Amino acid sequence: MSGFDENLLDEADETVRVRFVVNGRKVACEVAPRETLVDCLRNELELTGTHAGCEMGACGACLVQLDGRAVHSCLMYAVQADGARIDTIDGLSESGVIADLQAEFHRRNALQCGFCTPGMLVNANELLSQVAEPSREEIRDALSGNYCRCTGYEAIVDAIDAVAKARNEGGSAT
Amino acid sequence: MKARAFSYFRAATIEQALDAHALVGDDARFIAGGQSLVPALSLRLQAPRLLIDITHIGELRGVRREGGFLRIGALTRHCEMLSEPLIAEFAPLLQAAAPFVAHPAIRNRGTFGGSVALADPASEFPAMTLALDAEIEIAGPSGSRRIKADDFFIDLFETALQPGELITAIYVPLFKADQRFAFDEMARRRGDYALVGCGMLATCAGDRINDIRISFFSVGNTPTRVKGAEATLIGSSLNSERIAAAQAALEGDLAPPENDEVPPAMRLHLARVLLGRLLGRLGESA
Repeated sequence: MSGFDENLLDEADETVRVRFVVNGRKVACEVAPRETLVDCLRNELELTGTHAGCEMGACGACLVQLDGRAVHSCLMYAVQADGARIDTIDGLSESGVIADLQAEFHRRNALQCGFCTPGMLVNANELLSQVAEPSREEIRDALSGNYCRCTGYEAIVDAIDAVAKARNEGGSAT
Repeated sequence: MKARAFSYFRAATIEQALDAHALVGDDARFIAGGQSLVPALSLRLQAPRLLIDITHIGELRGVRREGGFLRIGALTRHCEMLSEPLIAEFAPLLQAAAPFVAHPAIRNRGTFGGSVALADPASEFPAMTLALDAEIEIAGPSGSRRIKADDFFIDLFETALQPGELITAIYVPLFKADQRFAFDEMARRRGDYALVGCGMLATCAGDRINDIRISFFSVGNTPTRVKGAEATLIGSSLNSERIAAAQAALEGDLAPPENDEVPPAMRLHLARVLLGRLLGRLGESA
């Protein structure tokens, strides 16, 4: 790895090449350093499942998995993710790993406009991967950084709670 | 809003990071977790020409025992405060504070060193370095130094860090068998900034408090130790009379600023209530 080259300062608006593994696929794209990961995913890679809401880490609509952990894709630049593994709601949906969560959200009307849902699902997926059967209080705590302006959260908590219990019993929630 | 255009440099070593900063000066910013810096850039509160990414510097990682201290690498993420066994054993106050730091996804990225460097007066960890009598290790153009947390926080978002300097680790004295701790905060919404928060570490002989350090956050321009309240408790056993004396002493220790949302008198009141609760818990944890 070479040291810092001052010429870099004259190239602030020029794009740089980044590579990551997105939803299991190796991709490379050209981004300006100031382009956030969410903008890169949506605009360059056309993965529009991830939503850009507040763009300051408050609403949780932009959550993706970075090297297996849920992070705000609006709170990092794509260049920072160079070399990382990223899983978006698009990939999590296609692979079927959250199919039970999605079905339960649908069944219990845990969404209305759906804007917050990708972030809710990424977060719920992370919670259930860490805590086998979270209490309702733990679910609420985990969702504290995800805003939903339609549902009032109750149905979302219900859905996650039901999936956690069903997974532990080895069946499906519905 | 979007950040102003900047250049990006990923440093592999502390030396590379310091060199890059030295060349560019005030227009450069170190970025680690970026959970406070990225929003500041998006809002254009700051507009650096160069971001120096320090997250790939191995020397800034890791938690290990070193002498009588736990050395917590600056890049230790908030979520690791919850999962790292050494933190649970030797710095349990930090583990107790961690669930209150923002939300889970922020904790997956945000770093301990970054939180201390920013010195947000409403943040949990900077205040806890005071309660723990921690030392902050700093690398800079003129070499490395260690400074007590007591001497680190100077004013609003102002610390002893000089331009171009970087926190490399935080040293926390190892938690001992005769010590007790307590932490809590009051916030309107889970994960939101606290109206008032407090953490404390006491060294006890039976019921008697031989030493105690109490630190508040969200009470002024900096995280604040309440030395008057501490003095009323040291050398005494924890009873309701002493607790009331410590609560009364807060009036001299704290001077919350004028604020439309939370008037100073209300904040002081909440601080007294919180102090009473935590001292009560400290007594029960004997």
